[in-house]
Amino acid sequence: MIKISLTANGRKVTADIDPRTLLVDFLRTNLRLTGTHVGCDTSQCGACTVHLNGRSVKACAVLAASCDGAEVVTIEGLAKGDKLHPMQEAFREHHALQCGFCTPGMIMAAVDIVNRKGAGVDEKTIREELEGNICRCTGYHNIVRAVETGAAAMAGAKIAAE
Amino acid sequence: MTDQGIGASVKRKEDLRFITGKGQYVDDINRHGQTYAVFVRSPVAHATIKSIDTAAAMDAPGVVGVFTGADLAADKIGGLICGWMIHSKDGTPMKAGAHPALAVGKVRYVGDHVAVVIADTLDQAKDAAALVDVDYDVHDAVVDLGKSQAAGQPQIHDEAPNNTVYQWHLGDKDATDAAFAKAAHVTKLDIVNNRLIPNAMEPRAAIGDYDTGQEQFTLYTTSQNPHVARLVLSAFIGIAPEHKLRVIAPDVGGGFGSKIFIYAEETVCVWAAKKVGRPVKWTADRGEAFLADAHGRDHLTTAELALDAGGNVLALRAKTKANLGAYLSTFASSVPTYLYAPLLSGQYMIPAIYCEVDGVYTTTAPVDAYRGAGRPEATYVVERLIEVAARETGRDPAEFRRQNFIKSFPYQTPVIMAYDVGDYAACLDKALAMADYKGFGERKAASAKAGKLRGLGFSAYIEACGIAPSRAVGSLGAGVGLWESAEIRVNPVGTIEVLTGSHSHGQGHETTFAQVIASKLGVPIDQVSIVHGDTDKVQMGMGTYGSRSGAVGASAIVKAAEKIVIKGKRVAAACMEVPEDSVDFENGEFLGRGTNKKMTFGEVALQAYVAHKFDPELIEPGLKEGSFYDPKNFTFPSGVHIAEIEIDAETGKTRIDRWTAVDDFGILINPMIVEGQIHGGIAQGIGQALLEHTVYDENGQLVTGSYMDYAMPRADDLPSYNVAMSNTPCPSNPLGVKGCGEAGAIAAPAALMNAITNALGHEDITMPATPQAVWRAIQKMPRKMAAE
Ligand code: FES
Ligand code: FES
Repeated sequence: MIKISLTANGRKVTADIDPRTLLVDFLRTNLRLTGTHVGCDTSQCGACTVHLNGRSVKACAVLAASCDGAEVVTIEGLAKGDKLHPMQEAFREHHALQCGFCTPGMIMAAVDIVNRKGAGVDEKTIREELEGNICRCTGYHNIVRAVETGAAAMAGAKIAAE
Repeated sequence: MTDQGIGASVKRKEDLRFITGKGQYVDDINRHGQTYAVFVRSPVAHATIKSIDTAAAMDAPGVVGVFTGADLAADKIGGLICGWMIHSKDGTPMKAGAHPALAVGKVRYVGDHVAVVIADTLDQAKDAAALVDVDYDVHDAVVDLGKSQAAGQPQIHDEAPNNTVYQWHLGDKDATDAAFAKAAHVTKLDIVNNRLIPNAMEPRAAIGDYDTGQEQFTLYTTSQNPHVARLVLSAFIGIAPEHKLRVIAPDVGGGFGSKIFIYAEETVCVWAAKKVGRPVKWTADRGEAFLADAHGRDHLTTAELALDAGGNVLALRAKTKANLGAYLSTFASSVPTYLYAPLLSGQYMIPAIYCEVDGVYTTTAPVDAYRGAGRPEATYVVERLIEVAARETGRDPAEFRRQNFIKSFPYQTPVIMAYDVGDYAACLDKALAMADYKGFGERKAASAKAGKLRGLGFSAYIEACGIAPSRAVGSLGAGVGLWESAEIRVNPVGTIEVLTGSHSHGQGHETTFAQVIASKLGVPIDQVSIVHGDTDKVQMGMGTYGSRSGAVGASAIVKAAEKIVIKGKRVAAACMEVPEDSVDFENGEFLGRGTNKKMTFGEVALQAYVAHKFDPELIEPGLKEGSFYDPKNFTFPSGVHIAEIEIDAETGKTRIDRWTAVDDFGILINPMIVEGQIHGGIAQGIGQALLEHTVYDENGQLVTGSYMDYAMPRADDLPSYNVAMSNTPCPSNPLGVKGCGEAGAIAAPAALMNAITNALGHEDITMPATPQAVWRAIQKMPRKMAAE
């Protein structure tokens, strides 16, 4: 067992864990943050995507032990209280989810895409960047629309905040 | 209320929990004191089990139980069932081998369930599972569908000689042969419908729980039809009587058919919960999902189309071998028979049709319904034949279709189905305009200049869904009725709970069913809750598959709502002191005709429960009504999809330049959701045609067992879709709706392969048209075309 401390969705947590524990299992089992999902065993599907120190990672490919001192944000930590993140709003607005299983990972990946590629990110780039997130339900059409809209809204929110 | 009722693209009520990570899928649920199950699976495709030694596993740390097929048998737990009896053409019933939840005597595919190990933690269960020592006497695998029935092949089940489950047929052989004999032209194709692995993103999972005090089992399971699961687990497998077994299917992360079936894992988890005296949880990893979820498709077909000299279709003939895998899954027998051959008339007047289907065992995972289930296979046969016949006879594929379209309804096909309504030419015209069919020649020339091969292909599909009239399916061998139930509970304040036997695993019923209530009862959708997925709450239901929840499930809600209005009118009449037959119900208000008296829906609900103002001898208190709705007919969605592609001749890579879909789904409850269903269906159809392929090697090892090897469609593989509707209301149900869930997956493969073969100028390519396959096909092109 080793001891780790990290910040999850703004909350300081400390735990004794088996050093082999994956971040996704730590989030789901220890912290009961079950919005982060497990869809595969080969780091291919992206259902487990979270933000680690501000960048999206696949939490099934990260050891929790390596996150000591880190800042982790999961889907549960994206909204500000009752105020949804613009990307969450955009997913609902554009019907970018059906069963919802891929959705937390999609939204976390989408926010990171916009952070890296900017508000004007185009369809081709969005599709390429979403390569690591599999959705079996939507055919991606509406996800792409949502990311476009979410990107613009994130830029708007940023301007409004400045 | 029209902004929320039928026809409005209301945003989904269920989305808030999913976009905030608050969904509750089975794996998100934990029961106090739960243990973890790991299945010991066969590493070989075909073997006799000489012995299973569980002693070392039993002694491993944390282990609370290790069980094998012998333990299930000792408890008189029956095998898994196939619920649809098919008779061969000689009249004999299908020949099915036993399907124990844990293997008895033999294993028959890689991934077959040999034993279960249950321990305090998942890691302990995994470690102990590795200690179960199984001694196998390995036999040859039977993997090649084309050869599996040949003499001398290893026998998979003693009950099924030559690995043949049935030799079934449909249609009039003599009439068909006679039509072929006088045909001016015959088009013949050998068709492979490639095997797919469904891959809902949520892996299957189960938690079994047993309450000793109540003698009550509870099963949490990733099911599309929890009541069917309870029925099968109770009545056939013998876990417990139905009143002692509760099945809960909470949020379910996609199904596409693969979560209809009652599998070994949930059977074992719920049974074992009583054995070990603690809850037992199992969650598949993706590798297990690849190995042991029921697969889809996998047909080999030889098909022929007969034309007269004027280009009229005279007859269609098909002979299909359908791979059923190593065991018959829950509905496996029906998929390549009654869900397939009755669709071989497509949208066309075909006077004579004859189809033969051999259902065949192989040492591979069971094959059962996957999105479309039989209808994609039929559409692929019909639409490839039609397209190629047009090419071979020098006809425009659009006009050739139009010439042969069924033009008046109802239309009785020679293969069971009676189409109720449609306007195929309207869909075609709209699709041609949207796709700019006229401009295709110019685009093709421009592509050729750039060294690219451009192609365009059609798929004018039909499908039969809204499954199904119970008496009709009963006469065809189904073991169940396929009605749906609904119960509307109006609370004293006028809010409503609707209990439905349908199950939503992505379809958005919490929204669309509430919209039906908004239209029928005038209650805003935020005052309506849809309750589903729990056999203790919803009395009975048949679940969601075969695009049935709108046509059947929502129709049941309409029927119950009509009863609510009737009862409400009686209560309102008493309260308003007007005659019962003078009360009208409009926009959520009960109106005394010819008076200025009126009551809101909520006021009437309250009075129904207060029960002060009517005679209880005449009117019972309360406001709650139920309905079991059995459909009159299938619904027949149809449409025209046009794929236009460009192939890079150097790499063989196909780029989808534009996708046009014009569908006829009758009345739409929520157009936004319908479009989403179409998008998702097309994506799965494109996946089948371009990417997805299931490969077993000659030893029966699954080669494509992970996302590294099985090519799932990803965002950058797919285009945006150009989707429109051309609707004719369905006369067979009270809402006028048709099913939309499977249409995209049914239509898409033929459109895409017709486009690719159009670009290639020959038909010598099978799905999936991977870059390698296309590149090889380019090498076989007539030299002139390739050079163009
Ligand atoms: S679970 Fe992490 S990528 Fe699939
Ligand atoms: S919404 Fe179901 S997998 Fe994406």
